[in-house]
Amino acid sequence: MAETSNTANAHLPPIGKWAPALALAWVVPGGGHFLLKRSGRGAVLFASVAAMFLLGLMMRGAMFQPQTGDILTTVIYVGGFLSNLAAGLFYFVTIWLGYNQPDIAGHVHDYGTKFLVGAGLLNVLAMVDAFDIAVGNKD
Amino acid sequence: MPKMNLSHFEAAVLFALVTSIVLGLVTKRTDRERVRYGLQCFGYFMLATFGLSWLMYLGHG
Repeated sequence: MAETSNTANAHLPPIGKWAPALALAWVVPGGGHFLLKRSGRGAVLFASVAAMFLLGLMMRGAMFQPQTGDILTTVIYVGGFLSNLAAGLFYFVTIWLGYNQPDIAGHVHDYGTKFLVGAGLLNVLAMVDAFDIAVGNKD
Repeated sequence: MPKMNLSHFEAAVLFALVTSIVLGLVTKRTDRERVRYGLQCFGYFMLATFGLSWLMYLGHG
């Protein structure tokens, strides 16, 4: 197991090659692709994550706060919080501007909450893609 | 920020559309493959939406 891990690390390029792209991809959705000169894909990713996040806000979705308790509560609330956080700048600006929607009943609010989580998860996919490009696994 | 009121169907279609675009973009290597896979994902999303909707409708009695 340790040998496998060492082999994987040996093939990983220096951190300076992929960390800036990965960090920028998190903070600005699609930003990693722009840094790696894949502007077209970066623009589509930015537009997609932005659309998902803004639709979530317009549906008055709730942001998750990390809570622990039983396993299901922990998975839902900590997972939801991390997914919200993965939206990067969109999340920070929204919180900074004072968005604080309580979790209330109704299918529109419920969809909004899922859209906000979905935006973060789409950005995780974009970050993985930027990482793959930076380390040379993809064109 | 304006408030949106969407039906279940409208919200599901929008979610499927945006998710399919990103899935197509990050998983395939050529533009042709991306468009094809994105459309395929969207089709599967719609199939699941209609299938589960009918299942719930019929299951509800």
